[in-house]
Amino acid sequence: MKKFKKLVEYFVEAVLFSSSTITSLTVILIVIFLFREGIGMFNSSPLEQNFVIVVSQKNPVQELNATQIKAIFNQDIVNWSAVGGAKDSIILFTTNDITNYYSEEELGSSLENLPAKLNDFILENPGAIMYISSKSLPPNFAGHKLAVKKIGVADFVFGEQWYPTSEPIPSYGIWPMIIGTLMVTLGALLFAIPLGIATAIFMAEVASMRIRNLLKPIIELLAGIPSVVFGFFGLIIIVPLVQKTFGLVVGETVLAGSIVLGIMALPTIITITEDALRTTPQALKEASLALGATRWQTLVRVVVPYAKSGISTAIILGIGRAIGETMAVLMVTGNSSNIPHSFLVPARTIPATIAAELGEAPYGGLHFKALFALGIVLFIFTIIVNSSVEFIKNRSRRA
Amino acid sequence: MIQAEAKNANVWYGDFHALKNVNMSFEPSSVTALIGPSGCGKSTFLRLFNRMNDLISNFKLEGSITVDGQNIYAKDAKIDEIRKTIGMVFQKPNPFPKSIYENVAYGLRVNGINDRRTLDEVVERSLKQAALWEEVKDNLKKSAMAISGGQQQRLCIARALAVEPKLILMDEPASALDPISTAKIEELIFELKKSFTIIIVTHNLQQAGRISDYTGFFYLGDLIEHDHTQKMFLNPAQERTQNYITGRFG
Repeated sequence: MKKFKKLVEYFVEAVLFSSSTITSLTVILIVIFLFREGIGMFNSSPLEQNFVIVVSQKNPVQELNATQIKAIFNQDIVNWSAVGGAKDSIILFTTNDITNYYSEEELGSSLENLPAKLNDFILENPGAIMYISSKSLPPNFAGHKLAVKKIGVADFVFGEQWYPTSEPIPSYGIWPMIIGTLMVTLGALLFAIPLGIATAIFMAEVASMRIRNLLKPIIELLAGIPSVVFGFFGLIIIVPLVQKTFGLVVGETVLAGSIVLGIMALPTIITITEDALRTTPQALKEASLALGATRWQTLVRVVVPYAKSGISTAIILGIGRAIGETMAVLMVTGNSSNIPHSFLVPARTIPATIAAELGEAPYGGLHFKALFALGIVLFIFTIIVNSSVEFIKNRSRRA
Repeated sequence: MIQAEAKNANVWYGDFHALKNVNMSFEPSSVTALIGPSGCGKSTFLRLFNRMNDLISNFKLEGSITVDGQNIYAKDAKIDEIRKTIGMVFQKPNPFPKSIYENVAYGLRVNGINDRRTLDEVVERSLKQAALWEEVKDNLKKSAMAISGGQQQRLCIARALAVEPKLILMDEPASALDPISTAKIEELIFELKKSFTIIIVTHNLQQAGRISDYTGFFYLGDLIEHDHTQKMFLNPAQERTQNYITGRFG
């Protein structure tokens, strides 16, 4: 009998141990997965897979970076001398242009002559730059492939253009998303912090027990509403309201996103702040009142300072809630990938970008990896947020 | 002359009759000890004098409490103003998590007094009165949480003295302290009674005997006996007082 009890104990211990191990492993695996996919972005050429950019063998240019290629194909750069080549005008060529130069008969019914014609083209046009499928290159091609510089971390983080599917070369600059995320979050906090703290103070110090018991479940319910419902609410109510109030062309703006996010961050801020306010010892409040302080003075001079680390935690967790929120923001911010210069223009956040684009990004492609790299940036944001909570907790414990 | 007085004081917490028709008065510059077993109403009685019981939602008082000839439970009485003239020291040291200086200055600051020189003077005077000045004068900026429990309690006394109260209420001020700190607090009370009227709740009968001029014995909400301390301890009129003081119950 005693042996059996021991066996059961051993079994329970094993179950507990494996549960915690599985949980930790899952977290670690997710992080590894995120980083593996995301980092891949910086190891690959920004060109679409199976596509190459070629120039004539006589062309001395060997390598270009993404910006230069884009400028060339946008005809902002029209002479090779601008990128370190000979004084020669640039002739743009993509596969679609082939019919401008050769008839359908010349190319053959199933384009079997395409590689030969491409060869002819580069021989006839030494100034040409061609964006073509690597499959259509003839074996003894009279041109050479241009190396394209890999995307640098700085280009990615500080790049101001996000055109993930543009040809011949996509742009993966996430600066607009970083700014968009920060602005939407900041806007949300600007109104969620005062409102949330005021509500918490009301609940902890002012309201009667009955009102508090009524208010508390409502606020907890607010936390349980699915974010898509918030998004829907924002789209139907907030967006038109913002549009009308400010006379805008579109109501899907940073401001609309901020308001919706602010509402979503409220329950976090209110509950944690209220708990913190309630931890203030009765003895301290009594000491203050006994010295002739009013209830309001006691609140401002004793209760709030005592709870300040809890209030900071509430704010930071509110930031965490706002920064990672996806669905509601996706629905109300307009998703324009331009840097927002005010609260009244559309913007796009990091999580909304991932959610909106992951479905259409080909698996394993550069766009796909870029979205994972965005995920890493978001992950770093939330790590910063969470560790500041830990930092504040530790500091207040020492004080 | 009377500093403070309770007339026909009856207190209820909801249905519970906590104090039954208590009549008691306090002379200026005297120390009165309130004794009695736990739950006898002595703390409730003490807290009547600065309206601390008002914080309890189902508290009800009948009768009158006067301090300085003023009924502090009158309809037009301003609670904050009344509390400014009455100091209170609590059972456990409860300094604010602020500096020593700010703790003492608190009562003045909530009165709107922020003049540096006035504050400096009051802080020094109060800390000297509370016999703490010599120990902390070089560390006034130090957190009040970082000094010892006994020092904290004297700081709380200094904090109460800073607003120049006439009446000081003490709710078992030494019960959480070690014997040496307790002795210091008792000495201090002896000094303070020269300029203040003190009402002190205590569980420690020897302490009541040592420091008080008058003693009131409470039992189950009744004030059983109230007289000179010597008389109470040596020759009480009531048998219940005799039994309590000699340790036969309580």
